[in-house]
Amino acid sequence: MTDMKVSIAGVEMKNPIITASGAFGYGMEYNEMYPIEKLGGISCKGTTLHERQGNPGPRIAETPAGMLNSVGLQNPGSEAFVNTYLPWLRQRDITVIANIAGHSLDEYREVARRVSDANVDLVELNISCPNVKEGGMSFGTSCESVETVVSEVRKVCNRPLIVKLTPNVTDIGAIAQAAEAAGADAVSLINTITGMRIDIRTRRPILKNNIGGLSGPAVFPVAVRMVREVYKKVNIPIIGMGGVSTWEDAAEMMMAGAAAIQVGAALFRDPYAPIKIIEGLEAFASEQGLSSVTELTGSVQEW
Amino acid sequence: MRYVQEHCTLIYKEEIAKGVFSFTLKAPQIASKTQCGQFVNVLCDPFQLRRPISIGGFDAQAGILRLVFEVRGKGTEWMATLEEGQALDLLGPLGHGFPLLDSGKKAVMIGGGIGTPPLLPLCRHYGRNATVISGFRSASAVILKEDAEAFGARTIVCTDDGSTGFHGFTTQALEEELKNGTYDVVYTCGPKIMMKKVAELAKAHNIRCFVSMEERMACGVGACLGCACKTKTEDGGTAMTRVCMNGPVFEASEVDFE
Ligand SMILES: Cc1cc2nc3c(=O)[nH]c(=O)nc-3n(C[C@H](O)[C@H](O)[C@H](O)COP(=O)(O)OP(=O)(O)OC[C@H]3O[C@@H](n4cnc5c(N)ncnc54)[C@H](O)[C@@H]3O)c2cc1C
Ligand SMILES: Cc1cc2nc3c(=O)[nH]c(=O)nc-3n(C[C@H](O)[C@H](O)[C@H](O)COP(=O)(O)O)c2cc1C
Ligand code: FES
Repeated sequence: MTDMKVSIAGVEMKNPIITASGAFGYGMEYNEMYPIEKLGGISCKGTTLHERQGNPGPRIAETPAGMLNSVGLQNPGSEAFVNTYLPWLRQRDITVIANIAGHSLDEYREVARRVSDANVDLVELNISCPNVKEGGMSFGTSCESVETVVSEVRKVCNRPLIVKLTPNVTDIGAIAQAAEAAGADAVSLINTITGMRIDIRTRRPILKNNIGGLSGPAVFPVAVRMVREVYKKVNIPIIGMGGVSTWEDAAEMMMAGAAAIQVGAALFRDPYAPIKIIEGLEAFASEQGLSSVTELTGSVQEW
Repeated sequence: MRYVQEHCTLIYKEEIAKGVFSFTLKAPQIASKTQCGQFVNVLCDPFQLRRPISIGGFDAQAGILRLVFEVRGKGTEWMATLEEGQALDLLGPLGHGFPLLDSGKKAVMIGGGIGTPPLLPLCRHYGRNATVISGFRSASAVILKEDAEAFGARTIVCTDDGSTGFHGFTTQALEEELKNGTYDVVYTCGPKIMMKKVAELAKAHNIRCFVSMEERMACGVGACLGCACKTKTEDGGTAMTRVCMNGPVFEASEVDFE
């Protein structure tokens, strides 16, 4: 039997599989189908300081082997997160990651302070959302702004801090280094890749927001390459995501350098995807004779 | 558990109009939980996203579910290739369906084309007290008329080209119907512009009206916020509300048709 426990920035999780922010809400809907306690962790829907309505619909477009979304950070705000959703999650034995976003440095600081004062295990700082007009991704695309926002948030955040990176950059390794230098305890990647679909009959974009973020199997090889690049540049743990749909994908991404894995779009095809990934990964790890699943991390032997 | 993922064998398949298919599926778990107006999210194997399809009929005792769908794009085209004996992966029953009044009350239902299927279970409930006004392009596209009548419902078919039934829009037929008859409730499913007009007519006659909304979906269960539509709040503002979970059926007065 392989030990499936992993530890991210000192926080232990019962296995390396986490549901990705925005795909799983706060877990309530999927808990109708299986106990979410089977998961290693949950990264909650991105929380901003105040309630946000998000973008007008349609917000979803299908793509070959993937999907675009332009939800635009619709969420009930930090107060509702702390008072309504978090208490429900805390009744369950699951590692809780609060995912936070903002429009300005002040908003990032304030929301980080509020959620990290509450009973969450880790904070994931989203500086990579492609779906909001100001802030969001623009904080994550230059080393200077990454250093600024991460170091400011680091000062007020009482929990281990994960910085979630955007793939919409030329050198993700350098961005990850900037996050590490500014005090990140871990990095997670990738957020969605910006994309667009057009209805050729109406000559209108399918998404009302015109553009959205691509996720699902289509982005998987890009994500694996980026995890690998970041692994070579930083010494903090990496949470890998982007198109992971099967246990084989999870094993592959861990070999590239991920210490834990997030699963998003795969849930929409198969609500049980994360559970099947946990079971498959465990069987594979013991078949490989590993005493700990952590031995997979970074174990690829490059040519 | 309010909804489940179930592998459902297709036991009867019929093309009821050109490009419109009726599937009868063995789905004991989903059928046992279904209420009028709910839907299932159908896995179309080659594609990433499930397709939302209304439950057009259900029999909890027999463990049977009926889906009626039109081939519109790649996913429904794939669904149409399925043969009897093969299985379909369904997630459901999903969403909040049509609130039901006492079956002695009089209901009028307006279906636009492929919006008609979710009205069938309502016909079963209201029986002889149901009137169904359904609209189609032409005579060859008419579906589910006999099915509604089999439950005792009165049917008024409208066609755009006048090739059968009333020559004109469903909303014109409804206007006549509301002038002459007394109804306790209005139900509608179909194109947004049609439902908007239906809602206005119902309001003018002071009758409660329930509309079934459509939006592109991902999870189908309320987790991803992909399917939000604009609704009105009690304080006069607007909110973005999940069609898959808070809907697909809404009280017409709650919906912001824009
Ligand atoms: C609650 C609900 C109930 C429905 N009930 C029925 C029904 O009983 N019978 C029926 O024939 N159709 C129904 N529809 C519409 C049906 O979901 C679409 O026709 C179908 O998804 C089209 O898929 P496609 O792959 O053929 O089209 P494509 O255009 O290839 O699909 C691409 C993507 O867009 C989505 N999409 C395209 N059109 C629609 C649409 N109108 N609504 C929602 N998503 C769409 C698809 O799901 C898919 O994700 C319903 C829709 C909703 C939201
Ligand atoms: C519908 C949807 C909503 C999302 N919302 C958020 C969000 O609020 N915050 C965030 O950091 N990432 C968000 N993401 C990005 C995912 O967490 C993840 O980074 C991305 O989808 C890639 O993983 P996947 O291919 O497994 O989905 C969202 C993704 C989807 C599909
Ligand atoms: S489709 Fe995910 S919330 Fe409705």
